[in-house]
Amino acid sequence: MGAGHGHRLHYHGHSVVHRAPAHLKLVALVTFMLVVVATPREWYPLYGAYLMILVAVVALSGVPAGYLAKRMLIETPFVLFAIAVPFIAEGPRVEVLGLSVSEPGLWAAGALIAKGTLGVLASLTLAATTDPQDALTGLRRLRMPDLIVQIMGFMLRYLDVVTAELGRMITAMKSRGCDPRSPRHWPVLARSLGSLFIRSYERGERVHLAMLARGYDGTLPSVSPPEKVGAR
Amino acid sequence: MAVPVLEVRGLAHAYPDGHQALFGVDLHVHDGERVALLGPNGAGKTTLVLHLNGILTPGAGTVAVSGMPVDKANLKEIRRRVGIVFQDPDDQLFMATVRQDVAFGPANQGLRGAELDRRVIEALEQVGMAEYADRPPHHLSYGQRRRVAVATVLVMEPEILVLDEPSSNLDPASRRELADILRSLDVTVLMVTHDLPYALELCPRSVVLHDGQVVADGATYDLLTDPELMRRHRLELPFGFDPASIPGIGSLPA
Repeated sequence: MGAGHGHRLHYHGHSVVHRAPAHLKLVALVTFMLVVVATPREWYPLYGAYLMILVAVVALSGVPAGYLAKRMLIETPFVLFAIAVPFIAEGPRVEVLGLSVSEPGLWAAGALIAKGTLGVLASLTLAATTDPQDALTGLRRLRMPDLIVQIMGFMLRYLDVVTAELGRMITAMKSRGCDPRSPRHWPVLARSLGSLFIRSYERGERVHLAMLARGYDGTLPSVSPPEKVGAR
Repeated sequence: MAVPVLEVRGLAHAYPDGHQALFGVDLHVHDGERVALLGPNGAGKTTLVLHLNGILTPGAGTVAVSGMPVDKANLKEIRRRVGIVFQDPDDQLFMATVRQDVAFGPANQGLRGAELDRRVIEALEQVGMAEYADRPPHHLSYGQRRRVAVATVLVMEPEILVLDEPSSNLDPASRRELADILRSLDVTVLMVTHDLPYALELCPRSVVLHDGQVVADGATYDLLTDPELMRRHRLELPFGFDPASIPGIGSLPA
């Protein structure tokens, strides 16, 4: 079977954080992010406080720090960009470790990294402690337009199908002596991504047909799941 | 004779790009029959199937289900009466759990609560998947997903079950389990397939579609043992398979 088991970001658990209603967690995340982004960068001790709050929540949730740390790698390109800022930015220069860098640039980079890291960590914590389906229910409860929630639901459902398809295509490429990692073969990789797009698009059309065949009229019926939740 | 469950008359269809797929198809399926629709790739089988519940609109001709014409006004009822099981179960199963997926069709008809639950479990029991009701469909094996796909359609209590390549990608055991399930159902079946032994096993009658026309209609056994007809319409039995060698095949129970 191509499809993997469980969602990669979710960490199974039964802590207070796991059990909190999804819509409250979503509101908390958005509020937290707004506060973080709105904090002037000169008030840097506050960022330490934010980090303490997050660490406390993570500790409460029982999600291992290593689990989150590994997933934090997604921030890497962003951090690389931030590190480049002090070298590129204008303004008065200061000496840091024998290198001359821009002082406003340094401030900007510091704030960028602090805010970015807090944001990524907070989002990962939400993802680790909230089942994706519950997150959707939460969004619906927060009056997110139904169509958008439906689209997100389908994305969750077919993400594994499409990644498995891509995996098979890459295996097939490798079997024919093509290394998708080497820049020399990037044109081939690009073409297979193109055909993956077409295949996914056509699958979307077939799914839509199958839905119409069962009387789909634009709204997904909300079938309340039974009280006992099966093992995931 | 009684009103046929499925009545297709002079059905023709051309796609918007000008490619004509069907040239005047006539097809009758009566209550309780199991009919195989055979034909080579590109014969127009899928196009025909998509007309049966009004997803495609005929260029000419008519389709009626138990006397009700397939047109815009009747679409909802037609789609309840005609249950189509598509080839790829991943296209058909899109909800978070098996239970929600099976409930999708009847909930669209407005069914709710205990009655809905009962129907869902009943349909899952018919295909032997009731214990998987709360699992996400993508965690099931391919054969199990195919069976759930059949349940998603059975739950609508259709008058005719249309299966598109039901045996494709199944291992022999799943293939036989599905055959047992289909035989146990008290429903009219139209089965689109390339799997000729499967057609012989399940469907006493077969219809051959080639180049958008019905070119043969008769007992499955007679069609499969007519080498001239088979060759003309690009139908081939698997290596070593001889319908005549099966004892009692001429008089298989319907």
